[in-house]
Amino acid sequence: MALQDLCNLQEVFPDTGHSQFGKRSYSESCFSGSSSDPFTFCIPAAEFLEQSPLQFGQGSSAFTSQDLLLSSLSWPPGLPQDSPQSVPLPFPMSHGTTTLAFLFQGGVLAAADTRSSCSGLVACPASQKVLPIHSHMVGTTSGTSADCALWKRILARELRLYQLRHGRRLSTGGAAKLLSHMLHPFKGSELCVAATLCGWDGGDLDQDQQPTQGGARPDPSHPVSQSSVNAQQSSGRTRSSGPSLYYVCSDGTRLQGSLFSVGSGSPYAYSILDQGVRWGLTLQEATSVAREAVYRATHRDAYSGNCVDVFHVSSAGWSRRSREDLREEYYRERERRERERRESE
Amino acid sequence: MKDYHYSGPVEHKFSPYSFNGGTVLAVAGEDFAIVASDTRLSEGYSIHSRDSPKCYKLTDTTVIGCSGFHGDCLTLTKIIDARLKMYKHSNNKTMTSGAIAAMLSTILYGRRFFPYYVYNIIGGLDEHGKGAVYSFDPVGSYQRDTYKAGGSASAMLQPLLDNQIGFKNMEGVQHVPLTQEKAVQLVKDVFISAAERDVYTGDALRLCIITKEGIKEQTVALRKD
Repeated sequence: MALQDLCNLQEVFPDTGHSQFGKRSYSESCFSGSSSDPFTFCIPAAEFLEQSPLQFGQGSSAFTSQDLLLSSLSWPPGLPQDSPQSVPLPFPMSHGTTTLAFLFQGGVLAAADTRSSCSGLVACPASQKVLPIHSHMVGTTSGTSADCALWKRILARELRLYQLRHGRRLSTGGAAKLLSHMLHPFKGSELCVAATLCGWDGGDLDQDQQPTQGGARPDPSHPVSQSSVNAQQSSGRTRSSGPSLYYVCSDGTRLQGSLFSVGSGSPYAYSILDQGVRWGLTLQEATSVAREAVYRATHRDAYSGNCVDVFHVSSAGWSRRSREDLREEYYRERERRERERRESE
Repeated sequence: MKDYHYSGPVEHKFSPYSFNGGTVLAVAGEDFAIVASDTRLSEGYSIHSRDSPKCYKLTDTTVIGCSGFHGDCLTLTKIIDARLKMYKHSNNKTMTSGAIAAMLSTILYGRRFFPYYVYNIIGGLDEHGKGAVYSFDPVGSYQRDTYKAGGSASAMLQPLLDNQIGFKNMEGVQHVPLTQEKAVQLVKDVFISAAERDVYTGDALRLCIITKEGIKEQTVALRKD
């Protein structure tokens, strides 16, 4: 636990220390879903991520290196024993959406619809698909709602622990890499998460912790610095600051970009965004482009609909525009067209 | 005319799941919450029991309704009870509705690859005394609502609740806040309708009304056919 780690309580509870972790078998240390001895909930320190514990093509037997990450995350306990998809599910999962995010001079804008459908039935007309992760990062979610909600929660927890241990926030690229690595063991299973992480990478939280680094810091007015993807390594790498956008998918994709749209309605959204998104947009213009893109996508895609949520991430943090019902927009547009038609006659 | 002919030997795989029917509904008001369920337990064409309510009391301010596969409902409620006790012993206070909802989400997701086939709805009072309803999908995705129907007749009941409680799809209607008496009457009417059209819903309706005074239960007869 974070407190245990920060207070150096490993001596007090020796059987839950980090050094013991690699020796325990997975089934002992995993969370059985019904009982949770609170002190077995250890989180690995960030150094373990550098050793790249991932092994490609692993089967259910090769779990020793996953022990650290998985057993500490304690999800999901049945993985080594139950092969994925051995039991056919009697119910459908919730899917289908339109989400988008893009960079512009004022930061990052993220927008999504609010319909959560379950193979033909609208399970929830007011779900939230853009989830704040911390004060300067939001994530859009697409895929199975449970997977997205829970993995975002895990990511938020890991980022908070990173922040407590290292005195600074992890960059968006680092968070994307963390999420991608956490999802990798489940590649091939029916887990479905397609998220874009939108964040503002700032300077360090604790200035006096910053060691004298070789390599100049990049010019902060240049928004995305290509040289600083691994910002969580505290070994003289330069860190970028400014808006940042990454796409992470449960099949292993991790892409940096300046414009993404994800979901069943994304082709329709892309057409509006490709036409309207420029670096120099004002916040108002960017909001209206995002809103328009989601509106057009909800009009044509059956699995997107209801309302639109717009979030904006800037150096001051994230802010949310109030949720707008797109049904009204449809009628307003029809009136506008009527008026234009009458005027042109 | 469809051809009926012998298409070869068919292997029937054992399915660990079974659908036992039942409908659950929860409504949140200003200072109350109602969790209601029918009491029919069925499987295929048979009725196993006419008196198997699907509302389970968790704390003095929270009731959970579980429908779907009865075996998983029973195990899940046992697990939740155990976790509630553990929380009480280590934190010296009762879990709030919101905390129970968050915990249930993680319990359900822990079985992401062999899920509990249960549709859960939690109804109760939050820490400010206002009514709260949390609805779940079988793998743990949840959110707070004002009203939600789950189970076999959910697709029939949810639009009716959207209209009567959410005032959706109506123009020029005054949005009157829901009183406890009106909510109870609405729930009864809605279940009577569900029993008419859904074969898995019927026999009796069990209502749990949660207020700060405690939990009151009512039983109302429904169609038994």
